[in-house]
Amino acid sequence: MSNRTLTHLERLESESIHIFREVIANAEKPVMLYSVGKDSAVMLHLARKAFYPSPPPFPLLHVDTTWKFKAMYEMRDRMAKEAGMDLLVYQNPEAKERGINPFDHGPLHTDMWKTEGLKQALDLYGFDVAFGGARRDEEKSRAKERVFSFRSANHRWDPKNQRPELWNLYNARKAKGESIRVFPISNWTELDIWQYIHLNDIPIVPLYFSAKRPTVERDGLLLMVDDERFPLKPGEEPVMRSIRFRTLGCYPLTGAVESEAATLPEVIQEMLLTTTSERQGRAIDKDAGDASMEKKKQEGYF
Amino acid sequence: MSATINQDSVYQVDSLIAEDIDAYLDRHQHKSLLRFITCGSVDDGKSTLIGRLLYDSKMIFEDQLAALEADSKKVGTQGQEIDFALLVDGLAAEREQGITIDVAYRFFATDKRKFIVADTPGHEQYTRNMVTGASTADLAVILIDARKGVLVQTRRHSYLAHLIGIKNIVLAVNKMDLVGYDQKVFDAIVADYTEFANSIGIKSFVPMPISGFKGDNITGPSENTPWYTGPALMEHLETVPLDVSTDQEKPFRLPVQWVNRPNLDFRGFAGLISAGTVKPGQAVRVLPSGKTSSVTRIVTLDGDLEEAVAGQSVTLTFADEIDCSRGDVISVSDNPPEVSDQFEATIVWMDEAEMLPGRPYWLKLATQTVTATIQAPKYQVNVNTMEHLAAKTLDLNAIGVANFATDKPIVFEPYEANRQLGGFILIDKITNATVGAGMIHFSLRRAQNVHWQATDISREKHASLKNQKPAVLWFTGLSGAGKSTIANLVEKKLVRMNRHTFLLDGDNVRHGLNKDLGFTDADRIENIRRVGEVAKLMTDAGLIVLTAFISPFRQERQLVRDMMAPGEFIEVHIDTSLDEAEKRDVKGLYKKARAGELKNFTGIDSPYEAPEAPEIRIDTSKMSADEAAQHIVDILIGEG
Repeated sequence: MSNRTLTHLERLESESIHIFREVIANAEKPVMLYSVGKDSAVMLHLARKAFYPSPPPFPLLHVDTTWKFKAMYEMRDRMAKEAGMDLLVYQNPEAKERGINPFDHGPLHTDMWKTEGLKQALDLYGFDVAFGGARRDEEKSRAKERVFSFRSANHRWDPKNQRPELWNLYNARKAKGESIRVFPISNWTELDIWQYIHLNDIPIVPLYFSAKRPTVERDGLLLMVDDERFPLKPGEEPVMRSIRFRTLGCYPLTGAVESEAATLPEVIQEMLLTTTSERQGRAIDKDAGDASMEKKKQEGYF
Repeated sequence: MSATINQDSVYQVDSLIAEDIDAYLDRHQHKSLLRFITCGSVDDGKSTLIGRLLYDSKMIFEDQLAALEADSKKVGTQGQEIDFALLVDGLAAEREQGITIDVAYRFFATDKRKFIVADTPGHEQYTRNMVTGASTADLAVILIDARKGVLVQTRRHSYLAHLIGIKNIVLAVNKMDLVGYDQKVFDAIVADYTEFANSIGIKSFVPMPISGFKGDNITGPSENTPWYTGPALMEHLETVPLDVSTDQEKPFRLPVQWVNRPNLDFRGFAGLISAGTVKPGQAVRVLPSGKTSSVTRIVTLDGDLEEAVAGQSVTLTFADEIDCSRGDVISVSDNPPEVSDQFEATIVWMDEAEMLPGRPYWLKLATQTVTATIQAPKYQVNVNTMEHLAAKTLDLNAIGVANFATDKPIVFEPYEANRQLGGFILIDKITNATVGAGMIHFSLRRAQNVHWQATDISREKHASLKNQKPAVLWFTGLSGAGKSTIANLVEKKLVRMNRHTFLLDGDNVRHGLNKDLGFTDADRIENIRRVGEVAKLMTDAGLIVLTAFISPFRQERQLVRDMMAPGEFIEVHIDTSLDEAEKRDVKGLYKKARAGELKNFTGIDSPYEAPEAPEIRIDTSKMSADEAAQHIVDILIGEG
């Protein structure tokens, strides 16, 4: 008998499916955090594979900031329907009431809408396990985070006190009030994600592909004017440029790249030839110097 | 063997990206995956080597490189040159200390393979981290500083890698640039290491002279070591055989994770195949039940599969409706894994609180979770010298061998045969911490290992000395029925007849032997089981035993009856109606129970199962206590 060599994508897929199933066997009230980006798209696809022919036995939770791209909201609603899953959308009422926005409030925007919003949503619904799409190759502090990552009752992460994870055995036991963030695609790289999307024809937000879009340049970032809330400075005129996005977040915080890549292979090609790392288009990592993501995570950011 | 990799090939791949992206993607879809660990002491250059691998495989972007150059000047340990280690050392606190203190996972790829590297620390107190990183690795790179040679740490890392079952070991003699690329230095270290490796059972390893800092023999042959003809590190990593491929040749095993029941017509068993292959039509056996069926479908979202192999996550359906749930193992029918509740294992202790022999821990193996107790270690291993030491317990990072007992049988295989079915973790029941990792050697069959000690004075001898036939008079009935009163009278009458007796009374036993038990169903059962065992020992000693326990459940009375020699168990039902017993209420217990102050009270909120065919039945409404006692004595003596 000749052995069949599983490809790296088959191995990664199998590992992720195994993680999903382990959670479902142990969790009381799981949820998947769905941010509509390409990593979320892959995670959702893996969840559907893990439980087929049943639909994934948990809802999707979108912690919304009201400042995402329009195209993301459309994709979100479509995918939830297609997967046959409940979609929960949470918007921090305090942030809403105080009109917190990325133009006027800087880091407070991320803190209130996303970090606080996430904590509130998890507390409100009483979810004990939340799937997240973080990858270890994204950022240094994530490289050391476990697949099953525990949070105290007030959602804090303690990087010095993580449980060892041996073989594919995950210890999912938790104390009352504790919750778990589970990262099924921990071991995927950006290239793996793109290849998997390509191979499986997974729908993604069209903003990843190049098109003529209205843009302005701010602080070295190329921003897209996605709706009328974008405050133009006196004399500032949106310019139509061929752009696309390498990551998607709140539109006023997400820098575009000028590109002609309009198909998936072209996008991958551009990614492989590019010489700057993925998260550079996001303003968020630059807040407090180098250890900022680790600090955010300790405070409860996903 | 593949063609020699050199720095140029990285750029060839790049050109394919630009020229024909579809061809590039097609090639990369067929890459395999190798997981490996790097182990070395603090200054052996692990992080530098990993940083170098990332750098040489183009995994570092310009912005990261710019940040790296700036960081190198600020906190680097390599002067003005690029400090690759900074790419790898993640958490802020560690960067300040200049050392790696946890397991970090890094990723890079060539056009043949994707790699996941576990970077594990070299400090003695972090054995735990290395074992964690090694548990998923196909290969270990053991780093040695060419200036220092084989150190205590080298031995420790090699022992741990071997212990966790890593078959591919690379001995990377690093910092060759600092010894002038001297072949004699390299050869001496290899000779030294060979002797040690043989002594601990490492069958083969691949030595190579490298410099992580300068890049020698990393991606291609180095001009500085013309005397070295072996593979460069990257070339070796790209071609070494994978465990997941050899696992396919083993007998089929699938630990069931989850039962998929979307509707009444579909019942699928989902799990990750840990060994072997499976096809529709294949005969399978479900362990521990041993029930057999055959596979009808291998179900996936992309359509049914013709075959599935070790490493794949699948969903199987069966031809028959047999019991199968999470924790069960689906196996090829003619070569199933073992099922046992006792085994010997090597254990690595990973918690600050020491191991407690006798304390129950959760044991998780594959998808099974059971309660396990560990016996005192047979020995502890000194990880520096490999000596066996006597030990009463195991502290953090200690490694030892001990016997385990589980509360119910588990399905497993020796770790050597199957990592997934032989490796387990231990979880503290209070703190929920993962406190230990174990690797099973073999099962211990209870019957083979707990022997009966033969004694010279037989039970017949004991009985004949007392000139009587031993027996158990088992009084059962409601609280207040008169069991103790009548049993007491029976004993007095027997003693007057020079019979050797002993009365085991329910209340009295609960003051001592059974004072740890309450009144839940489980505790009542254990209460009766213990009393039964004591009564049995007393009949072995030749005594006539009288017991007075409510003993409400038929099953437990049957259990005790089965323990005794035929004819020696005499069930005496003191049959008093609930109304009558409650009316007497000598101890005031019924009143309390009715008021809700006593829970699980027999006859009130816990059932009494009357004997269907007792040897003796006493209707207390028809005779006095003394008449009843005389009746029992007459029957007993008449029989004896």
